[in-house]
Amino acid sequence: MSAKPDNSGNGLMGWIDERFPLTKMLDEHITKYYAPKNFNFWYYFGGLAILVLIIQIVTGIFLTMNYKPDGNLAFTSVEYIMRDVNFGWLIRYMHSTGASMFFVVVYLHMFRALMYGSYKKPRELLWIFGMLIYVVLMAEAFMGYLLPWGQMSYWGAQVIISLFGAIPFGIGDALTLWLKGDYIVSDATLNRFFALHVIAVPLVLLFLVVAHILALHEVGSNNPDGIEIKKNKNADGIPKDGIPFHPYYTVKDLMGAVVFLIIFFAIVFFAPEMGGYFLEHANFIPADPLKTPDHIAPVWYFTPFYAILRAVPDKLGGVMAMGGAIVVLFFLPWIDRNPVRSIRYRSLAYKVLLFSFVVAFIILGYLGMQVPTPVGTIVARICSLIYFGFFVGLYFVSKTESTKPLPERVTH
Amino acid sequence: MSARNQKASNEQGSGDASSKSNPEALESSIVETVADPKRRRLLVRSAAAVGGLGGAALVLPMLGSMSPSARAKAAGAPVEADISKLTPGQMITVEWRGKPVWIVNRTEETLGRLATETAKLSDPDSLEEQQPTYTQNPVRSIKPEYLVVVGLCTHLGCSPTYRPEIAPPDLGDQWDGGFFCPCHGSKFDMAGRVYSGVPAPTNLEIPPYRYIDDATIIVGEDSGVAA
Repeated sequence: MSAKPDNSGNGLMGWIDERFPLTKMLDEHITKYYAPKNFNFWYYFGGLAILVLIIQIVTGIFLTMNYKPDGNLAFTSVEYIMRDVNFGWLIRYMHSTGASMFFVVVYLHMFRALMYGSYKKPRELLWIFGMLIYVVLMAEAFMGYLLPWGQMSYWGAQVIISLFGAIPFGIGDALTLWLKGDYIVSDATLNRFFALHVIAVPLVLLFLVVAHILALHEVGSNNPDGIEIKKNKNADGIPKDGIPFHPYYTVKDLMGAVVFLIIFFAIVFFAPEMGGYFLEHANFIPADPLKTPDHIAPVWYFTPFYAILRAVPDKLGGVMAMGGAIVVLFFLPWIDRNPVRSIRYRSLAYKVLLFSFVVAFIILGYLGMQVPTPVGTIVARICSLIYFGFFVGLYFVSKTESTKPLPERVTH
Repeated sequence: MSARNQKASNEQGSGDASSKSNPEALESSIVETVADPKRRRLLVRSAAAVGGLGGAALVLPMLGSMSPSARAKAAGAPVEADISKLTPGQMITVEWRGKPVWIVNRTEETLGRLATETAKLSDPDSLEEQQPTYTQNPVRSIKPEYLVVVGLCTHLGCSPTYRPEIAPPDLGDQWDGGFFCPCHGSKFDMAGRVYSGVPAPTNLEIPPYRYIDDATIIVGEDSGVAA
């Protein structure tokens, strides 16, 4: 209201600017948003996440035009989309591939934040918004997976909803009944998951993405050196190591988007099921409430947490461990007490911790897809300990570790 | 009221930026500019309280609409099952309230093992309330040979598989026959009693049921039957 841009009264832009802060917004978030000039490969994934979000929203809109959220019609309506709707196969495979690729880019984006300490002061809230996006995204993916109403959809939903049943004092059972809207996963459940998947959760997701970007632009981007570029400003108050987001990073991100889309469409056209990892084989059988498939496993992006759940031989304990594995990430800005952000200037102990964390996460992800075996369970228990051990270790290591001297300006 | 508010918010808008983000500061800045701040504060707060209550009241029907509907509640009618053709060792599945209910004709040997092999069970005497009182016995059934049980794992609701064979290679030599959940590896014996050291916390649920005659079981109703 008070800070009007100077170029008012100048053609159409001026007319708009007097009524809506268009130029101001473009300046703040694009043309005069100064990002560090030393971004590397790892900085593609935030932009790519937005690209995938757009793909999901657009393909999702067209899928709803032919999909029927009804226990008797859902499975056949998906088959109808695949076989009879013009380009239905393409739209659906883009949507299903998009779901998996969303998690690919989000996991890489989160790993970037871990490596370069992007969650540390003053970016704690930025990290928390990001974590909320991750949790909401998991809810979105889970609800979407029920909609094809295949065997894996059905029993996956049954298992995940039952997780809430572990809550003691009678709350759990009442809660699962309320979530399902019936005594079993049924038409009522499918219908509400559809409503939540296409409207409620996407709205929350969009709001959180906006909050995430606003928080980012308020504090400024971190960089692979983890030093604050705002400390070194020129006479105009512009960071010496900063370059405007547009055109520099729009062009760079465009390049990344092209490479990403090549990979994306290679999957869509040549391996949309990804050997059962993106679309599980059991989901090509209609939901049968009387028979669980011999081997049920969630889609790959949930399997690390699923393996933690299975590793604990106790219902409530397993659910708490699984929930805790996600919740603990929210506290990362306070668990890591070292002011040095980037892995480049941190100790060997930190690097070992982070490396074992990532390895444990990947092994858990693999185990979560496999049939439970005694050996697998032991490995899963060890990896779960490493997973949580990372946070415990980090809390102590970060306080005392010896770090390398930070550079004055960013390096490449 | 609106003119005063207008004035207050105008001052707020041009005022210092620090108070903008603080609701208490906003409230006090509104209140300070009016003639009777105490009365205004009461009005502001009671309006917020009434509005909040109204909003909260609106949440109730929304969330309430997600509970099982009258139709879903009415759909839980009892089902009849013909067990005349069930040979020893055989199992049939009937659907009750959308859930699988198993009826197993147990052999004499099986019944014998139920009494002796109880060391590895976590609740061999069925103390946990997972069955009607008339099935709270070592074989968890009305007639010893016929087990009637809800076929959903008490861990996370998968439907376990019926594995009556003794010590198959994949389940190990401790296996005396029973139900194995493929999802998370929970094990139950031939009376639906849970093994200890598995994720499932309780025995499988026994539904209410009764015999209409020797060949017919009705699942979902037990009225008129003495325990």
